[in-house]
Amino acid sequence: MAPLLEVHELKKYFKTPYGLLHAVDGVSLTLEKGKTLGVVGESGCGKTTLGRVILHLLDSTGGRICFEGEDITTVSRAKLRALREKMQIIFQDPFSSLNPRQTISQTIGEPLIIKGGLSREQVSRRVGQLMETVGLAERLVNAYPHELDGGRRQRVGVARALALNPQFVVCDEPVSALDVSIQAQIINLMLDLQEQLGLSYIFITHDLSVVRFISHDILVMYLGMMIERAASKELFEYPLHPYTKALLAAVPEPDIHHQRQKLLLQGELSSPINPLPGCRFAPRCPHAKEICSQAQPEWKEVRPEHCVACHCVKEINGL
Amino acid sequence: MGNAHTLLAIKDLTIHYVTDDGSVHAVNHVSFALEKGKTLGLVGETGAGKTTIALGIIGLIPNPPGKIIGGAIELNGENLIGKRESVMRRIRGKKISMIFQDPMTALNPIDTVGEQIAEVLLLHEKVSQAEARIKAIEVLERVGISGERYDEYPHQFSGGMKQRVVIAIALACNPELLIADEPTTALDVTIQAQVLAMMNRLKHELNTSMIMITHDLGIVSEMCDQVAVIYAGEIVESGNLVHIFDETSHPYAKGLFNSLPSVAAAANRNRLVPIPGLMPDPTNLPAGCRFSPRCPLKEEHCERVAQDLVEISPGHMVRCWKWDRG
Repeated sequence: MAPLLEVHELKKYFKTPYGLLHAVDGVSLTLEKGKTLGVVGESGCGKTTLGRVILHLLDSTGGRICFEGEDITTVSRAKLRALREKMQIIFQDPFSSLNPRQTISQTIGEPLIIKGGLSREQVSRRVGQLMETVGLAERLVNAYPHELDGGRRQRVGVARALALNPQFVVCDEPVSALDVSIQAQIINLMLDLQEQLGLSYIFITHDLSVVRFISHDILVMYLGMMIERAASKELFEYPLHPYTKALLAAVPEPDIHHQRQKLLLQGELSSPINPLPGCRFAPRCPHAKEICSQAQPEWKEVRPEHCVACHCVKEINGL
Repeated sequence: MGNAHTLLAIKDLTIHYVTDDGSVHAVNHVSFALEKGKTLGLVGETGAGKTTIALGIIGLIPNPPGKIIGGAIELNGENLIGKRESVMRRIRGKKISMIFQDPMTALNPIDTVGEQIAEVLLLHEKVSQAEARIKAIEVLERVGISGERYDEYPHQFSGGMKQRVVIAIALACNPELLIADEPTTALDVTIQAQVLAMMNRLKHELNTSMIMITHDLGIVSEMCDQVAVIYAGEIVESGNLVHIFDETSHPYAKGLFNSLPSVAAAANRNRLVPIPGLMPDPTNLPAGCRFSPRCPLKEEHCERVAQDLVEISPGHMVRCWKWDRG
């Protein structure tokens, strides 16, 4: 069976007064039905742009996107509308992604009304169902977003995304704005929905403990490029790319007995505008050699189903 | 409390915000002490009152609507509550400094970063303009920024670098107490690791005491000596790292740990164990134990009788009479 989503060498460049900004540069991925792919990276690595290009919220500069075996890289407006029923997005900030002048039922029901073909009663019945699915009390049906706390607002965002029975949802940092106890509620909800409805997620986040928990596979990005991809467990046990290693080591662990060896990265992200040739991580990499700043490292499978883009991966890991 | 090494002693601090909708009981009878050179972590979720405690200590509670109802804040044995504003101005930035969460808004966009550091020095120390500049360059280099960037403006710095500048301003006069309010929440993890490592180094070099406000238990385990867990304006559990991480006793503190996506939970893709319900409305706090509406161990007694902080082992305080059960 063909995977639900296949993305090949996807590129998105933005024109800026200073040159071309390479936001997403040659990212390939596949997502199977009912699975979650975590996309991890720091601010400015292109993870949000990647999600938006896949959903056609932004046009791609190059590459190919296939959904259910069909090439959807360029589609007509009518076709796009039909596609949007199948692909949805949950945004990061539940405080700015809801219209403050719409009630909860209006917000959740809007996609149903836009799609058309349902009577008023059918819409309100479906809204009721959706609210129940995501755990919102019926009494909130006419509440406005400002009356809700962050966790409930994010539930509204989830219900809206689910209104048209999508198969695929891009979750762009859906729990980053929430407190841990509430974050756990929303993560559980998303896992339950995946099981019940067979949803596939692309889960974009900078939070490594959340991504480890929720994802089957993980893709690590740095400055628009993919640098490592593996199954979740494999990646956390055998990180191979020096950036992935540093990223994992940088997370403070809530455990006073197992403090990991800190691997402090020097410097900061370089500019994605007119990037230099070679490995984009090279300026910060403790292992960088001459070749790293000259040629782009090849994307290769180093362990089973575990791909890395690094010139020195063999030496660093003693493979 | 009150021994020779105590730098800061908070006693029974109570702070309310008086609004049209009623009185918000933001901080209720909070007491703790901080020794010289040590770091205390204040942990809790949004709205727990962590930032209000910090603003109370440094004398920046917006009034109105905020009001310190009672208690004492003793720095080196001297109560800061009720001090004149002119006195507090000499203490702020000199003896107590604060780092705010968002470095993007904590700096003045139309002054160079160097001027902003020099400003503190000119205010608090007897230095000339030229001396202030030299000293400010030293301070910049101490936080890992080249002195050549003295004349640059905040917008020319990245988020991590801006937070370093904010830390440089806070540490310019070698304060005795540094209050850091979620100092790395707005930063990426690799940058967070750099900033935390730098703060740890400077704290040891300068022997500064620190109050670290955070919601991240990972940061607490790396940075703090003592911890106080705050819920609805009260300390519900406090102690050293072993008390809080290994001998967690209050149901809320346990709930916080269980909510975290741990390695073990990830291995089995188990469901997380969230704390049910929400933080109570601070204008309408529940009678009895404030955590009781969300507590798995709740009994009728909990809903009626407010709980006291009890010392369950030396230095380990818990506000729950059922701490040894469940």
